[in-house]
Amino acid sequence: MIDFLKQPWPWYVAGPLIGLTVPILLIIGNKTFGISSSLRHICASCLPANISFFKYDWKKEAWNLFFVLGIFLGGFIAVNLLANEQPVAINPNLAKELAGYGITNFNNLVPQDIFNWSAVFTLKGFLLMVVGGFLVGFGTRYAGGCTSGHAIMGLSNLQWPSLVATICFMVGGFIMANLILPLILSL
Amino acid sequence: MQQNTDLEIRSLDAICVNESSLQHKWYHQLKYLVVGILFGVVFVKAEVVSWFRIQEMFRLQSFHMYGIIGSAVIVGAISVFLIKKFNIKTIYGEPIKISPKTFNKGQIYGGLIFGFGWAITGACPGPLFAQIGTGATVIAVTFLSAIAGTWVYGYFRGRLPH
Repeated sequence: MIDFLKQPWPWYVAGPLIGLTVPILLIIGNKTFGISSSLRHICASCLPANISFFKYDWKKEAWNLFFVLGIFLGGFIAVNLLANEQPVAINPNLAKELAGYGITNFNNLVPQDIFNWSAVFTLKGFLLMVVGGFLVGFGTRYAGGCTSGHAIMGLSNLQWPSLVATICFMVGGFIMANLILPLILSL
Repeated sequence: MQQNTDLEIRSLDAICVNESSLQHKWYHQLKYLVVGILFGVVFVKAEVVSWFRIQEMFRLQSFHMYGIIGSAVIVGAISVFLIKKFNIKTIYGEPIKISPKTFNKGQIYGGLIFGFGWAITGACPGPLFAQIGTGATVIAVTFLSAIAGTWVYGYFRGRLPH
């Protein structure tokens, strides 16, 4: 059983489990699935700075912070108790392309060759980690949700604005991954 | 009155409204922690939080992520349909309410901006938490930067096209 759990889980197991989060959260407390809002609650609790967007009682949304703390702990448990000893199996074309940028370590979920503490202070590392993170935080709030809130929760509830948002996520991702990211990685 | 303004501000973002008239002790929140833990385990074991899987997705080199998001939406949609059809209540007996999403141009501009960030970092907000949990401590930088991005959005919100 444990050996079975240690393998990477296929999409047809993981996808439905992620989908089930939607009814579970609704049934255990009327919560709509969404993760990026936790970033807003952190702003509201730590640095509201008199900005009206952050002036609300974040404690009413504290469930969201417990949920994301759980995701953090889940990540810890998965690598420490259910670790897969094999490196991430990736498409050979991608492996070849990445090798051209000096990315050859596929042992971790996050490529250590480019995401590491000494790289934070290089231009490439700054663009990947600091600018990348900023775009995630700014973009998700501007869009009113992320992959969970729009693509999964919104589409599950057949909301067309969520479909617009999801299409834009994908368009942005395709442009970045294929046209701009190669330039950043070659720095 | 205070209550009403509070709800109004949270509603600026449809996702942030989870209003319940019920008051619970804090430990009731622990059930969300448990769901989060299970969710985080799935994220890591299915490699959804892998930068490599996200690159494959945006290069059409793997079906994996499309399968995950697609099957998650199908299961989620069937669940929401059943909840509405049979008027399923929460475990506390409250009727289940899902607030609709209203369209604004932010979903286009913000969506594209998030897409850029998603392809760079290989992470949407959920995976950021899981990646740090897996021991990639440097992702804390990305995470703090995402909080900064959210804050800057809040600061400039009134001046951005919506």
